[in-house]
Amino acid sequence: MTEPLISALGIDQSFPVGAGFLGGPRRRLHALRGVDVTVAPGETLGLVGESGCGKSTLARVLLGLEPPTAGSVIFDGTDLARLPAVSLRRLRRRFQVVFQDPAASLNPRMTAAECIAEPLINLTDLSTAEIDARVLALAASVGLGSHLLDRFPHELSGGQCQRVGLARAIAPEPDLIVADEPVSALDVSIQAQILNLMLEIKARMGLAMVFISHDLSVVAHVADRVAVMYLGRIVESGPAEEVFARPRHPYTRMLIGSVPHPRPPPEGGRPLPKGELPSPLNPPPGCAFHSRCPLADNRCLREVPQLLPEVARHRTACHRVAEDATEGA
Amino acid sequence: MAAPNSPPQTVAAARTRRRPFLESLAHLRRDPTTVVSAAILVLFILIAIFAPLIAGDPTALNPIRRLGPPAPDAWLGTDQLGRDVYARAVYGTRVSLIVGGAVAVLAAIPGVAIGIYASMNRVGGAIVMRLVDALMAIPAVLLAIALAALLKPGLPTLIIAISIPEIPRMVRLVRSVALSVTAQPYVTAAIAAGSSRSRLVFRHILPNTLAPVIVQATYAAASAIIASAILSFLGVGTSPEVPSWGGMMADARGFFRFNPELMFYPGLLLSVLLLVTNILGDRLSDALDPRKVTQKMP
Repeated sequence: MTEPLISALGIDQSFPVGAGFLGGPRRRLHALRGVDVTVAPGETLGLVGESGCGKSTLARVLLGLEPPTAGSVIFDGTDLARLPAVSLRRLRRRFQVVFQDPAASLNPRMTAAECIAEPLINLTDLSTAEIDARVLALAASVGLGSHLLDRFPHELSGGQCQRVGLARAIAPEPDLIVADEPVSALDVSIQAQILNLMLEIKARMGLAMVFISHDLSVVAHVADRVAVMYLGRIVESGPAEEVFARPRHPYTRMLIGSVPHPRPPPEGGRPLPKGELPSPLNPPPGCAFHSRCPLADNRCLREVPQLLPEVARHRTACHRVAEDATEGA
Repeated sequence: MAAPNSPPQTVAAARTRRRPFLESLAHLRRDPTTVVSAAILVLFILIAIFAPLIAGDPTALNPIRRLGPPAPDAWLGTDQLGRDVYARAVYGTRVSLIVGGAVAVLAAIPGVAIGIYASMNRVGGAIVMRLVDALMAIPAVLLAIALAALLKPGLPTLIIAISIPEIPRMVRLVRSVALSVTAQPYVTAAIAAGSSRSRLVFRHILPNTLAPVIVQATYAAASAIIASAILSFLGVGTSPEVPSWGGMMADARGFFRFNPELMFYPGLLLSVLLLVTNILGDRLSDALDPRKVTQKMP
């Protein structure tokens, strides 16, 4: 395996919540617990999970937008946490982000052209004329008509806004783009356009990508590798085809079972998610998934399962799957 | 990446820097309420500037004609010292406009600076906000009276005394708005796009914070005009011979049963000025939000 472009090792992230000042002890919300992720150059990692499982927090940590409580993010050999603010700012040229809400991620008082120019102004030494030319070329490469460049975000449609966001992200020619639910706020027909545009850009520029989504079919379409998250932990990871074809963790099986199917198999033919995601403020002991797991036994109530060593680069954090594997061996 | 060889007229599109505020002002010219209010405010300003041309001496005493009826040389009659009420009302515009304008500016500038600082700095912000809370616990007019008594009486003292209690209100407003702007995805996007701290403040946070500041500043101007009237009324504002609306109303109090018009004229002017100030502030804040005014549809 090649040297990873970005690797996050043992990331813990927790936030204080509730009463502060004289209001008794603060509780901590553990958004991420011991998360490891790596992305190789040119690779797309799909991050999947329900709302509130820590996907977006992981994105913010990977981007150096918030320092993790524990663990470190290493981008191309550099530890982001150890970097002084100015150097971190300069390094941002190499990793960019696309947000979920296309309109809200653009400054309402800046035109499309100004938004796209933002990273060029901040991170490159280009002259104004060069920046203008680049903005035009970028707009063309994301399929945004040049007559739209003097529009404000509220004068653009959602899809057009997301094209602006995408142009802004690729403007400084980064090596990595973190896309946090980039299409989930768009209409289905626009989703496909934007997804294909992202794939095309990725192929053209040789980008690595972290693609976050709760929509499995979207992830299956774009990702090389997949990591499934549940309550702040990665419960299964592996090559996308392998994970979708032979999901091992009961949670992954449930997620895949819940994807709407054009011709649904008969009732009971596939496991469906039951219950709600438990509160991350008060996660269940042992395996966090045991409260919803059809296979849970006593061991799952006590012991936190670890991600198993690789079997064909496919890792699972589940006691029952581990038992099956040893029995089979 | 595609080669940047585009025709020159499209390069111009990329360079266009639209000025949302100017576009909105142009739009506001079509709103009759705004136009009338602005015209009235301009009229007040002209009256203040050209007072010597349109009115006689506001301080000349004429003891023989005390509380006199309207006359050719005193259109609105005379007060208890025989001074021309019309001239005093005209000159009183000066004090009101100067106090209102100066207080709006003197409250807004430090208020915005401190508010933005408090929103960006956790520890420093907490300390500043506790000081602001403490200052807010003191009634504004009381604080102004104390300051006016401490400093040399006069217009500058009056302005400072009224501005200081306005600052905490501005700080709280700016901090809360700036905090909510900072939480917006576009600010996170600006950080991810490598914006420096100063660019973040001046390009992204401040412009999106200004709309409520403008409204608050016009309210500060309006309440400063009232406060100056109250302070003059209480006798700690400008000295009695300087014509001011508040002073005129204070003087008229003693004769209210027989000559109520002495209180009516400055009161009417004060009400009209406050009304147009508030209306203009409201419309200006709308003009500062490009979403509300400019419309180019996709």
